[in-house]
Amino acid sequence: MARVVVDVMLKPEILDPQGQAVQRALPRLGFDGIADVRQGKRFELEVEGPVDDAALARIHEMAETFLANTVIEDFVVKVEEK
Amino acid sequence: MTSRIGVVTFPGTLDDQDALRAVRVAGAEPVPLWHRDKDLHQVDAVVLAGGFSYGDYLRAGAISRFSPVMETLIEQARAGMPVLGICNGFQILTEAHLLPGAMLRNNHLHFVCRDQKLRVENARTAWTSDYAPGQEISVPLKNMDGRYTADERTLDELEAEGRVAFRYLDGNPNGSLRDIAGITNAAGNVVGLMPHPEHAVEPLIGTGRTDGLGFFTSIIKKLVNA
Repeated sequence: MARVVVDVMLKPEILDPQGQAVQRALPRLGFDGIADVRQGKRFELEVEGPVDDAALARIHEMAETFLANTVIEDFVVKVEEK
Repeated sequence: MTSRIGVVTFPGTLDDQDALRAVRVAGAEPVPLWHRDKDLHQVDAVVLAGGFSYGDYLRAGAISRFSPVMETLIEQARAGMPVLGICNGFQILTEAHLLPGAMLRNNHLHFVCRDQKLRVENARTAWTSDYAPGQEISVPLKNMDGRYTADERTLDELEAEGRVAFRYLDGNPNGSLRDIAGITNAAGNVVGLMPHPEHAVEPLIGTGRTDGLGFFTSIIKKLVNA
């Protein structure tokens, strides 16, 4: 079975307080040199059948209507080779 | 004839009972609606109540937005049926694109629970006509994802068309852009807000004020005069 990964990130102009909280915690834990952190979501889809153009088009549609809210988020669809 | 106002229960809805009660206190017939039932049972208006439908999984309101009841509701709302979304209900309305923008995690990352002062900016909607324009009210606010966001063009459009229905007063509780607490669609039949008018309809409980009752008396007047 092929795996398709959908990464969803807040758009760059949207404030991400969760990412900021993580970034602020880093120096306290001894991890220096990280200027910025943005937190997102990763969906791993196990696809039945071939991952052809039609299947990718459906996944793209799925991401656009459901997995991401395109008012605030961008997404990237990637096929993961095994 | 008594107006029939429906209140939808999704798995994880918390404030449906208070919303049904508020409808009754205001003088209409409350009608419980179930998320898996497409039928709106001849209601004249619908309230989407607050809570954590589907545990806020994926995004607040993102899964509820696709439930069977929403199919009919979206169609009817576009045809002019009045719909009020409170808190999670507001999030569902933005996810369904019946209202523009989106809701994000509060900017300080804390859950907020307090009495919140608001200004009614638009008293011409189906749900606000019993208020005076600019009237200040106080109702409970309780949420984690209350930060209203939209792009600058949408915000300017909302302002220009008088569609910012409510604004936070005495401090912005969640980082909402332009202190927006609630908005309306262009027709004024679909209204969403984060604070909870249904928790402020009787003097005995809550704030001891009945500032939220106007939402429900507004819609009843609108339906009776229709």
